[in-house]
Parts: sequence; structure tokens; C-alpha cells
Amino acid sequence: MTLIEHRSIDSASATAAPPATELTMAGALTAALRDAMAADPKVVIFGEDVGPLGGVFRVTDGLSREFGETRIWDSPLAEAGIVGTAIGMAMYGMRPVVELQFDAFSYPAFEQITSHLAKMRNRTKGHVQLPVVIRIPYAGGIGGVEHHSDSSEAYWTHTPGLTVVTPSNPADAYSMLREAIASDDPVIFLEPKSRYWVKDAVALPVTTAPMNRAQVLRVGSDVTLLAYGPTVKTAMQAAELASLEGLDIEVIDLRSLSPFDDETVGASVRKTSRAAIIHEASQFGGYGAEVAARVTEREFFHLAAPILRIAGFDIPFPAPKLEEHHLPSAERVLAALDTWEW
Amino acid sequence: MSDASSGRSAAATHEATRPTELPIRLIDEKGAVVRGKRAAGFAMPDPETLLALYRRMVVARRFEAQVTALTRQGRLATYPSALGQEACEIAAVSALGVDDWLFPTYRDTIALLTRGVSASEILSFFRGDWHAGFDSHAHRIAPQSTPLATQALHAVGLATAAKLQGDPVVALAFLGDGATSEGDAHEAFNFAGVWQAPVVFVIQNNQYAISVPIAKQSHARVLSDKAIGYGMPGYYVDGNDAAAMYAVITTALERARSGGGPTMIEGLTYRMESHTNSDDPTRYRSAAETEEWHGHDPIDRLAKHLTATGALTEVVADEIAAEAEALAAATRDAMNVEPVLDPLELFDHVYATPRPALLEQRAFLAKELADS
Repeated sequence: MTLIEHRSIDSASATAAPPATELTMAGALTAALRDAMAADPKVVIFGEDVGPLGGVFRVTDGLSREFGETRIWDSPLAEAGIVGTAIGMAMYGMRPVVELQFDAFSYPAFEQITSHLAKMRNRTKGHVQLPVVIRIPYAGGIGGVEHHSDSSEAYWTHTPGLTVVTPSNPADAYSMLREAIASDDPVIFLEPKSRYWVKDAVALPVTTAPMNRAQVLRVGSDVTLLAYGPTVKTAMQAAELASLEGLDIEVIDLRSLSPFDDETVGASVRKTSRAAIIHEASQFGGYGAEVAARVTEREFFHLAAPILRIAGFDIPFPAPKLEEHHLPSAERVLAALDTWEW
Repeated sequence: MSDASSGRSAAATHEATRPTELPIRLIDEKGAVVRGKRAAGFAMPDPETLLALYRRMVVARRFEAQVTALTRQGRLATYPSALGQEACEIAAVSALGVDDWLFPTYRDTIALLTRGVSASEILSFFRGDWHAGFDSHAHRIAPQSTPLATQALHAVGLATAAKLQGDPVVALAFLGDGATSEGDAHEAFNFAGVWQAPVVFVIQNNQYAISVPIAKQSHARVLSDKAIGYGMPGYYVDGNDAAAMYAVITTALERARSGGGPTMIEGLTYRMESHTNSDDPTRYRSAAETEEWHGHDPIDRLAKHLTATGALTEVVADEIAAEAEALAAATRDAMNVEPVLDPLELFDHVYATPRPALLEQRAFLAKELADS
């Protein structure tokens, strides 16, 4: 089944390839915001500290100077207010891109996101569309203090009406953010903080795979390792380590958490007959539980072993000096795979 | 975006628009014109406007009586009545311009009706057919909000978008007294003040949040005193005086439209009916209290005034009554026809971009329906 035809987000990307330059994910996100604002005057950005400061992670760096206060501005410090007013702006035809400064600081906006942003299209029979993008820096690994390291994806993926995506590299960050802003559905755009400053050679503007599709990053035949956002790097490390022991791991970057790309994951699992998913969020009731259940239901007769979850412990996110014990490591992934009967 | 960018001095413009000691009033309970300090400088709307307000209030009350009866007959799942609050409801929507937006709550059905949404479209919500049965963009009315105060933020956002695009559009948000306790109300007032959004907040203080009286909701002298803290004009108005509500709301709309920013208006009124048909007011308020408020009825008051001025003759009253009866009959007819609902539509509006997994669930339900 073809999932969804890919929206052409920038005709410029079809022209001769510009030279690749070293780019961080933060820089790629900034470029995506800049290009989206230049392409569509209905795109506006607001949130806490996104103006002259350029955001606490500098993702909106320079945009205030370039576009002025009618296109990007600092809002009062109130997350429900940010999302609630974004909803009203979208009702008037704008395309707001708002930043909620940290994962756990998105919770004051929970009602506006789950009861209004997510439901408006359905409750009005499609009369009111809300093309709002909520950017949320998320997850740990940067030594953040309390409330600055949560992985809250399962709250959003459990909510019908939301699209939830998370890039793991600069090229995807650019392409997926452009596509999210062009989407007529509200998108929760989760940015893995620990990946903000990692560089890649990217030629902008770049169009990667559609944001609702998973990508096979490493082809393998023995195990399907599913990861997203901050754990993609962990999965790749685990695959490299495993290859030294003769284990051939296929790594899939899910990219889209809602919708889930059943087609790509299913094809891989039918090939390898074993699957595991890595995430930083707590295991109980986490995103991995849905993935394990859903892939098992669909591919049970191809599976040689239960699907494993390598996740954070079922504890509140630890203080910075202890977070390394909580976060899944490549070694922990390999140890988990060793628990299977081979 | 801030007040500074509009070049106005917030403090200087607010001096004359602090909530008054007593609610602003233009017509008293006997129908007599109120002048002087109590009128706070507001001019009486012209006679045609007053008669139009009266006609709409009478029609709306008849409509609600019909809908309440239909609810008791089991035709509707629930209905929160605005009986006694017609002056606030009708004055607000009558003052709105055609391009303005209304952000109503679940209790503001008669405002939607007055703004032109058909009874069957509005009541599909309370009948249980769909959550919002009308086209928001066609009527410039947001879906009726059941969560409290959340729609006030939507109003601020829409008004700000209109301002950014240079459109002379104002958003009017209804809130109740209970809603002012919600965090979203505070955030909406604050954002509106900082962004100088062209928005008018109309707080219908009907004195009860289901069963909880206003004294357990706020320790403020009056709710509209909150406006001072947000740097916006605030008005404390007799919410059962349609003339006063209309005059104050019109002023606020003009201020917003001309770049003067938001206004908070409190209409002091009373919820004559129970919260909904499943509520029991005898458990929390006395019959004597409700009876006392019958003496402040907004329709009786305007009728006395218009009769005294000669605008409301027997002929006109008969015409209005006939219009009200015709609407009631049409509403009965519409609600006595069982709607044909398509369960498969449950999947059709969740996303603009179709999802394979949802199409699978749609096919599942289709098969279940076919097999049953």
C-alpha cells in the first residue's frame, strides 16, 4: 500500500544540487524556518525567547532581525497561551510555528493540544483546519536539570488528530520541518536536544523521504533495530559493535511516530524475524509498547522471538550526574539482544 | 508585538474606563431611562436598535423554551439554557459586525441562533449527532466550547492574526463567571493586553458555576476589576439591561477595531434555569433568590421601556410573538426528524492527510455494519 504521496515542498530542491556544507541540526532547523517564512507570509513564529535571543537553543537565531516583529516575536511566558493563540491564528488562515521551550514545559499546554488542536478538524467536520507546528526540544543526554529532559512522545502519539515526528539528523530536520509547516494537520515536531549540535554535510534546500515514512539507515539480515530521535545514534553504534561479533543488524529510523510506518517496519521484520525498539522514555505504557504490540499482531508468524524494548527505567528522569544510567546505551542494547534464544 | 509597538500609552487611556462602583445601567427595572453617573456617559441606543434587541430576545426565549421541552421529551441529550441572560447574549451578537468572530460557550446557543446559524445546525451538538454541526468560517463563529476559557485564547489568536493582516476584524469571546478561575482565562487576558489584540471579552456573570456561587469563585470586588491588572479597560454592566450591554459592547468593538486593543466587560446577570436538564438547583439555591431575580427580567424591562416610548404596540408584539411561534414550530419539526448518521464519517475528518491505519479501521467498521 502506498502510504501518502509526497508533497512537493520546494521547487528549488529539484534544480541542480547546490554544494554541501557542514550543518548542525539546529542550523538546518533555522534554515527550514527561514525558507518557510520567506516562501509563505502566513508563516509566523512565536514562543518564549524566540525573538532577539534566537531561542534557548538558538534555533530561531537571526530570524527576528531578518523578518521583523510582525513575523516572529517573543510571547508572554505561558504555554497554554502560546498554543491557544496559535489555534486562533490558524483559524484565521495563518501557519503558526510555535516553540515550547522544553519537553516538560509543554505540559501546561496539554489541554489546548489534546482537546483543541488535535480535535478541531474532526469536531467541525473538516471545516476548521489547524496547520500549526509545535516545536518541542526533547529528551536527555545534555545534562539538563529537572524537567528539562523528558521524552513525552507517548502523550502526543496517544492523541488522535496529531501528527508526531522527530528527526535524527540535519537533512531530515530541514526536510521534515518544511513538510510539517506545509501540512494542513497539526504537527508535534520533537527535536532531540542531544543531536542539535551534531554536524553533517548537507546541501540546502534538501528534500529527504516524506515525513510520514520510516527510513532504513543500515541494511541487515539478523535483527531489526527500531529507533527515533536521540536513540538513532545508539542504534547505529550497537549495530557496528554487533557486526564485530558477526550479528547483522538492520537499523530503522522511525522518523514518524504518528502515523507509524507499518509498511517499512513490517517488510524489515519479515526479513529478519527479530525486532527491538529503543527509546529514552520510560518503558511502561511507552511508545515501544505500542510498536511491540502492533508489529506482533501483524507479523507474528514471521517472528522468531518476542519484540524487545530497550527503554528508560520506570522512574522520573534522573538528575544530570545519574542520567547515563537511565539512558539506553549501545551496550545495553546488545545485552538485551543476548537474552533472545538464538 | 507589544503595546509599545502601537505607540499608545496604556495607562493614560484606562483612567476613565475602570469598572464602576455599581453596574452601568441605561434602563431600570421599571423601564425608565437612567441618566447621570449610573449611565457612565454611555448613550442610549436608538429606538430601532432597542426594538430589534427586544424582538430577538423574545424569539430567543421562545426558542429556548422549545428546546428545553424537546430535551425533556428526550429529543436532545442535554441543553444548557441561557434563560434570563438574553440581554447579554443578544446585545453582544447584535453589536458584532458581519466580519467579526464570535467565540461562544455551550450556554450561548441563542447567540448562534441570532447570528444566523440554523436551529438544526446548532442543535446537532446537543442532540448528539456531531460535536459542531455548522461551518465556523461561513458564520464566523467558533464551535461552542465545553471546556472553560479555552476559547478565549483562540479569540485572542484570531484577533491578532486579523490585526497582523490589517483586517478590521474583532473577536468577541463569551466567558462565564466560573471560567474566570481557569488559567486559560488569565493567559487570554494577559496575551490580549500585551499584544493589544482587537478582542472583547464578555463575562456573563450569572452567579453560578453549576452549583458553586460566585463568592466561592472569586474574592475580587467584581470580576471586571481584573481588567486593571491586565492593563485593559474594564466595565461592570447591568447584564439584564440590553441597552447598557449593547452600548458598552459597541464602544469596546469600536475601540478594538480602531487599534485600541482589548476590553473586558462583565454583565451581571442570573441563570434562571438549572445548569442543564440533569441539574437540581434546589440543592444549592433558594426559590426565593430565583424569584427575586424574576423581578430583574431583561425582557420585561425592555418591554416596559418600549411600551412607554410607544415603539412596542400590540400589533408589533403580536408580530414578534408570531415570529417566535413560527421558529418554535420549525425547531420542533426539525428535531422530530431523526437524523441519518453515517458511522463511517467518524474516520473522515480526523486528518487532512489520509492514514492507512485509519482506513483499515474504517473498513473494519464498514464490514461490521454490513454483517450486522
